[in-house]
Amino acid sequence: MADIDQSRIRNFCIVAHIDHGKSTLADRIIEMTGLLTSREMQAQVLDNMDLERERGITIKAQAVRIIYNAKDGNEYIFNLIDTPGHVDFNYEVSRALAACDGAILVVDAAQGIEAQTLANVYMALDHDLDVFPVINKIDLPSADPEKVKNEIEDVIGIEAQDAPLISAKNGIGIEDVLEAIVEKIPAPGGSPDNPLQALIFDSLYDSYKGVIVFCRIMEGRMSKGTQIRMMATGATAEVVEVGYFGAGQFIPCEELSAGMVGYLTASIKNVKDTAVGDTVTDAKNPCAEPLPGYKKVNSMVYCGVYPADGAKYPDLRDALEKLKLNDASLNYEPETSIALGFGFRCGFLGLLHLEIIQERLEREYNLDLVTTAPGVIYKVHRTDGETVELTNPSNLPEPTQIAYMEEPVVSAEIMVTTEFIGPIMQLCQERRGRYVSTEYIESSRALLKYELPLNEIIYDFFDALKSRSRGYASFDYELKGYEQSRLVKLDILINHEEVDALSFIVHADSAYERGRKMCEKLKDEIPRHLFEIPIQAAVNGKIIARETVKAMRKDVLAKCYGGDITRKKKLLEKQKEGKKRMRQVGIVEIPQSAFMSVLKLDDK
Amino acid sequence: MKDLSLYLHIPYCVKKCLYCDFLSFPAAEQGCGMDEYTDLLCREIELSAAEYKEYQVLSIFFGGGTPTLLPQGAVAGIMETIRRNYRVAEDAEITMEMNPETARKEKIKEYITCGINRMSIGLQSTEDEELERIGRIHDYRTFLEAYDLVRNAGFRSVNIDLMAALPGQSVESYRRTLERAVRLKPEHISAYSLILEEGTPLYERRAAYAFPSEEEDRAMYELTGDLLASCGYHRYEISNYALEGFECRHNKVYWQRGNYAGFGLGASSMVENVRWTNPADMETYRLYAPDRHPLTLHEQMEEYMFLGLRMMRGVDVRRFADEFGAPMDTVYGGVIDKMCGLGLLEREDGAVRLTGRGIDISNYVMAQFLFDETE
Repeated sequence: MADIDQSRIRNFCIVAHIDHGKSTLADRIIEMTGLLTSREMQAQVLDNMDLERERGITIKAQAVRIIYNAKDGNEYIFNLIDTPGHVDFNYEVSRALAACDGAILVVDAAQGIEAQTLANVYMALDHDLDVFPVINKIDLPSADPEKVKNEIEDVIGIEAQDAPLISAKNGIGIEDVLEAIVEKIPAPGGSPDNPLQALIFDSLYDSYKGVIVFCRIMEGRMSKGTQIRMMATGATAEVVEVGYFGAGQFIPCEELSAGMVGYLTASIKNVKDTAVGDTVTDAKNPCAEPLPGYKKVNSMVYCGVYPADGAKYPDLRDALEKLKLNDASLNYEPETSIALGFGFRCGFLGLLHLEIIQERLEREYNLDLVTTAPGVIYKVHRTDGETVELTNPSNLPEPTQIAYMEEPVVSAEIMVTTEFIGPIMQLCQERRGRYVSTEYIESSRALLKYELPLNEIIYDFFDALKSRSRGYASFDYELKGYEQSRLVKLDILINHEEVDALSFIVHADSAYERGRKMCEKLKDEIPRHLFEIPIQAAVNGKIIARETVKAMRKDVLAKCYGGDITRKKKLLEKQKEGKKRMRQVGIVEIPQSAFMSVLKLDDK
Repeated sequence: MKDLSLYLHIPYCVKKCLYCDFLSFPAAEQGCGMDEYTDLLCREIELSAAEYKEYQVLSIFFGGGTPTLLPQGAVAGIMETIRRNYRVAEDAEITMEMNPETARKEKIKEYITCGINRMSIGLQSTEDEELERIGRIHDYRTFLEAYDLVRNAGFRSVNIDLMAALPGQSVESYRRTLERAVRLKPEHISAYSLILEEGTPLYERRAAYAFPSEEEDRAMYELTGDLLASCGYHRYEISNYALEGFECRHNKVYWQRGNYAGFGLGASSMVENVRWTNPADMETYRLYAPDRHPLTLHEQMEEYMFLGLRMMRGVDVRRFADEFGAPMDTVYGGVIDKMCGLGLLEREDGAVRLTGRGIDISNYVMAQFLFDETE
């Protein structure tokens, strides 16, 4: 191991728009380099969470080290770092990119450049990575590699004429890619003799080894016994083991030195101490400065998470604790709701992150959950000069105590075929978007730039975008900052009682529209009772919309034939069973589903 | 000597009605011919007889499907098998269901000769377009002919089945149906609201029909009670009306949890608090006897309540205590008080019964009597 030639290391990642074949190409590269036989390959080796395989997305950064015998007769070490593919994890992506020296840009030969392609490739270029393109899915009937090559050159401005033409799925052209990696991606710099400076690009908690820290050694060396210090969090530890990444396994080695990608363990108990982006240095011989780009990640989206069965509250708490061990970006604190009982207010990087956590809680911990409408963090400036960061609408101060409020705004880029520009602009308009610019990529496609309030896009925006463009629009965004806005709290009253779990913050101009839709939706969700139930939407105590659930008028069984009582009893049981899943608010029973169905208000 | 009722299921019909989710199929679609089925049925009746040595049969009911579709002689054969193997009371109520389209003079003569003494004719509506919409194969005129045939043959107990809340039906058209029905002076009328059952063609195509509103449905229900009462029919069960002395004995057995044995495909039985249901497909029915489910005490209590409440008399408080060894109020006092408080139940003369409002939403009331446990 000691005689690894730094010039024969290639550290790279693959960037692509979702579904353009990033993970499939990664699989082929691993397969072709002989690390695994085809038989051992489970589809998409790097995505090892079930969830990742099912959704076809990468949630956590992963890395794998492979050996390639190149045509020049030399043996090369490839460290392939697979980055998350979603805007929620932009910061993680940026740190994973910083661990690389180059990137392969995968573009679908039929679809060409998409919004995420651009966002990801720009991010790679920002990190000074050498990027070379490959054109994937060339075996599709609709493939047009020449057009895509031109597009890459025109839009991104990188050389594409000699881009490998491949089909990752069918293993065509993979060797060209491997050769291009050797040729076009630079060997890592840095010297083993400098003080240790290593970038943390991910970490994961293992119940035996403690936290396993994924890092790229920029300078210096590290081995068992090295006293290390994380420069941002200040945590110190003694290295127990270093190693590199096999496919799906950790392989210990003697030493990691400049240019290498690997892992370390040091009996660290909490991923909080090993923040992504932090710099690991030698506590006894520290480097002068930490690596640039470290950021403390903040939750962008909050929602209430409650167990459907109140008795499962301790189980939910335990499950969140366990998930948090592995996910420093998950935040939670206990809260109580009059309607939903004991639960937690949880903070997430974005809606996908929220969905992932929710799904993991339900699948891996077998919990039935009720979640409230996700919201963003508002800044409430009080008349007494104090500023409050609001994550739960119920905590909004009295209107008289509020001087003004601010909400987060994002810069969004939407790539769309020209025929759908109209509907998409209309959607952005409806969502309080501020038009910035339109850039034509080619005659049939354009890149729309908008500034949009985050709270307008956190839930159904992506669905709406897809449905209004017949699936052709793609979307990417980044946080721009906070802006003052006229915001109000919309309250929902059911049978004249305010249901705290249904309140949310909304722009004053859309309050009526939202209130009306909420009432309509709830009217369908709440079963009829013996009495009439008014459903009202209110702002500052003023009713702005109303629907009524009419009283139950008729509920009778069909003819009972031939004494088949069992069937009738089943019907009655079903009715009774339905009641168990209800939440009691005053004298009204509200089904759990009502709390979540109100999230999708853009049904057209 | 204990009491027993017999139910005989004949799963054949000319064509399935669009709202029907009972176990029946057009005769042509079935692998088992009607003659063979009659033999299977008779064999089951014979083989079961040993179980019922201590019982006398107080009622027999031929239901379906369309029992009148059976070939000439089949019903007499079945009756003969029953009499040979069971003790049938002299005054037993023996009912035959009939679809007007299948009424034949010779068959009706066969029925009365073999001891059938009650005919139940499915009319549903006197409006031909309403009948057509729900896929009935007969019209009003055919019904009238069938009714005459039945009366002329000498039947002195006849039921007419009616339906309310049919697509396209109005309170007025329903009133016409009721008026025409009572003019014929049947001894018994049953009138059910149409319930859209999932999986039926009517359910699948429900969007294409104009169904009466729930308000209209309830208006029809009230009209039924009022109009029939003025003609001497009293409501003795949620959907059943009879002239004095003509309540259907067989149906009351179901609600009052008497013993009944069901024979034939998919037929249900309950004898001494054990329930079972025959297989619903012909192959399994031919070969296997169904599992029997002895009812737990709680299940018996639940049934006592949700079945008994269908009777206008309500559930008898003292009989409950006699049967289960615990006062009704100890078991269900809380629920009964709550339902009384909501105006859905009332207590009177040692009974608990549904109020008018309680009848409208009887499912809701009955579901309250189920226990939380899942066994």
